[in-house]
Amino acid sequence: METFAFYFLSISIVALFAVTVWSRNILYSMTSLAAGMVLISGLFFILGADFLGVVQLIVYVGAVMALYAFGMMFFDATGVVKEKNAPAMTVFILGGLTALMLVVIFAAPSIANGAPAFYPPMAGANNPQAVGLVLFTKYLVPFEVAAIMLLVAMVAGIILAGKKMDRSLSKIKDAELEGGEAKDSK
Amino acid sequence: MIGLGHYLILASILFSIGLVGVIRRKNLLMLFFATEIMLNAANVAFAAISSYHHDLAGQMFAFFIVAVAASEVAVGLGLLILLYKKYGTLDLDEFTMMKG
Repeated sequence: METFAFYFLSISIVALFAVTVWSRNILYSMTSLAAGMVLISGLFFILGADFLGVVQLIVYVGAVMALYAFGMMFFDATGVVKEKNAPAMTVFILGGLTALMLVVIFAAPSIANGAPAFYPPMAGANNPQAVGLVLFTKYLVPFEVAAIMLLVAMVAGIILAGKKMDRSLSKIKDAELEGGEAKDSK
Repeated sequence: MIGLGHYLILASILFSIGLVGVIRRKNLLMLFFATEIMLNAANVAFAAISSYHHDLAGQMFAFFIVAVAASEVAVGLGLLILLYKKYGTLDLDEFTMMKG
């Protein structure tokens, strides 16, 4: 059963992400990316990382893809993208070789030394409990730093995307607002 | 029976797909999508190693990768909207200033 689930999920994920990368239409690629994220959370559930799977569903599919979907309202995204692409074969070989090199570089030390387990899951605790215990003891400082990073990113996103937000729209009268719009559109 | 190697091979295939996307596509939004694919491939590898080594550190790093990806999208999409307002396109070739 686990074997069947793994092969089903992995083949679907690879196919969906291939559609994401090679599709000419941004809407198709965004939709297939979201579907691939959902299936990746299925892989996490198979691996016993329940909390990570739920976080993947909420953050990636719920927040990141929704953010992309709203961001696409600013772009003219429905049309087909015209691109001048590099020769596909060269790019494919270069990409594959670079990925292989990165995998070898990062896998070699752990294969040579054998990685010791620093934080084995506690006996009798299910996955969210064990994750919480490690996250709020050993990884408390990175957790807080990540919280500050998310705050900074939120402020940066608001400031970058919302120019002209210094004028409060609710305090302007409707006629004045329409006049201003007409002026802007010239 | 599915072993650790299966998951790592899947993760490297996904990473290669993302890397080909980053190299090949010329649309900035597509580059963001390819980056998300690469981050997800790293997450799969972390979760698999964490599960097969009985070590929770891998899952912790996967959580921080998710946090980094979320903030990257927030800032990057803001910059993307500014670029689109200025140039009216997302094609990378239109943004090049140096000729050669």
